[in-house]
Amino acid sequence: MSRRPLRTGGYHLVAGGISLLWLLPIILVVVTSIRSFDDVAANGVGSLPHSFTLDNFGQAWVDGGEFQAMVNSLIVTIPAVIITLALGAISAFALSRYDLPFRRTVLLVMLAGNLLPPQILLVPVSKMAEMLGIYDTLGALIGVQIGFGLGFYTFVLYGFMRAIPNEIQQAAVIDGATPLQLFWRIILPLTRPALASLAALAFTWVFNDLLWSITVIRTDSKFPITSALLGLQGQYVSQWNVIAAGSVIAAIPTVAVFLRFQRHFVAGLALGAVK
Amino acid sequence: MTATLTAPAAAPPSPAGPRRKRRTLSPTLLAFVLVPLLVETLWVFWPALQGVYLSFTSWDGVSAATLVGFGNYAELFSDPTFGKAFLDTVLWLVLFGGLSAVGGLAMAMLLLKDRRGVGFYRAALFTPVVFSLVATALIWQAIYQPNGLVNTVLGAIGLDSWQHSWLSDANTALYAVIVPALWRQIGYIMVLYLAGLKGIDPTLYEAATVDGASKWQQFTKITLPQLSSVNSVVLSVIIIDSLRSFDVVWALTRGGPYHSSELLSTYMYSTAFQSLRLGYASALAVVIFVLAFGVILTYLVRAFRDADA
Repeated sequence: MSRRPLRTGGYHLVAGGISLLWLLPIILVVVTSIRSFDDVAANGVGSLPHSFTLDNFGQAWVDGGEFQAMVNSLIVTIPAVIITLALGAISAFALSRYDLPFRRTVLLVMLAGNLLPPQILLVPVSKMAEMLGIYDTLGALIGVQIGFGLGFYTFVLYGFMRAIPNEIQQAAVIDGATPLQLFWRIILPLTRPALASLAALAFTWVFNDLLWSITVIRTDSKFPITSALLGLQGQYVSQWNVIAAGSVIAAIPTVAVFLRFQRHFVAGLALGAVK
Repeated sequence: MTATLTAPAAAPPSPAGPRRKRRTLSPTLLAFVLVPLLVETLWVFWPALQGVYLSFTSWDGVSAATLVGFGNYAELFSDPTFGKAFLDTVLWLVLFGGLSAVGGLAMAMLLLKDRRGVGFYRAALFTPVVFSLVATALIWQAIYQPNGLVNTVLGAIGLDSWQHSWLSDANTALYAVIVPALWRQIGYIMVLYLAGLKGIDPTLYEAATVDGASKWQQFTKITLPQLSSVNSVVLSVIIIDSLRSFDVVWALTRGGPYHSSELLSTYMYSTAFQSLRLGYASALAVVIFVLAFGVILTYLVRAFRDADA
């Protein structure tokens, strides 16, 4: 009996210590973001703060161009997530609820497309965007994000939709529901948890992407937040207070989504993990 | 927790038999499949084929591409930077992959039981997953600065001689880049293992305890075998992620100094978009694809089984 509190204490010491270590870089960046340049320059990035200012955020937001970059990121991310999920949902619906020819092959081919290393697509996609006249536009970024994510969403939603009992579908068909009605009124509402998980995940993936955005976007003012952050790093060399503020700003949307949809988010990450 | 999501245990019996319904394809359903498939073909399959074609050409992106057969591939063999990037990618796979798998499993086992505070601990380990790798990289760049946290701590505990400019030393750059990648990946792998561990029948452990099995025996004889399917997913995720790893390296070192932290993916990117050798870069991309191909196939075989179930 007397050993229990000791073991509990040990557990919290270990788990708490690791958690603290894990959060340390985040604490450091937040602290750095509210320090003045003189303070950081004089005492180093690793020291305790000797100053407090919110100017760094203004500098990153306005002078560093993060406001525009944030707008660009949202212009790309929101449509890309909605369209990918919509396309993934309709293909998953048709493939999972109907005896279409080659449905399994189609499903796996789509999944395989998502598993391809993106490097093999970089050069052709940028050249194709040029040919289509959409190179260096946010439209090209939306297009490639949709195309590249589609396979995975279809695959996950397929698994989800297949698990819906057939009786529900038969009842609706007997009542005269068309495939479209069946999809919209019955299957889609039942798939909401999976859609929420995927939406939360997709938001962070698209929002945080760097590779595609530096491949199809050239003009600074069109950069989404990740590539703008890299620009900030060049513009404010060793002004760690501004760079830290920029990183904090860039993390806010995804952290907000994570906090709001935490349960769905974590469930989404585990999708596909457990057979 | 999501066992039923991807692999419906009881798949609905498809309406087979002679009086099969819905034999005629409705245009709606056809469009439901074809539109997404066309979108993916336009942005993924067609470019992928072009990528393979381009790997047999020499091309600067402006003038016409000229076919060079296997010339690019032959050049890869004698390209020391390719060799370096290849070895670094293998090292990355072993260190980044191995440590994130071991660390993720250890953290999942530590934080499996629901007890006071465990939600906070899990969230703490999980938070970096939400950050972009660029933001992550910048955070760590500050930490690695000559006057950053690492050197400050080393100085404070009297290890001044260990102080270092971690990212600009060719001996330490790659390892310095792996740490932030791990910081982020371990939380993700932990989530996968948590899901797997929760799916293990607790009576297995009860029976083993009754039989007098030690904790270690329970781990090797029950936990690991029960996790085999999660392990294969983790392995696939790790290999694919390793070959794709780009953001963190690019933001921290761009593969330098002197290619000391060059991965195949960063070398491919700089060859394509900085040296403008698009054909040669495509050959590099094909090598990355071929390396990933085995994993993709294994993954698909598994997915095929699940879809069949």
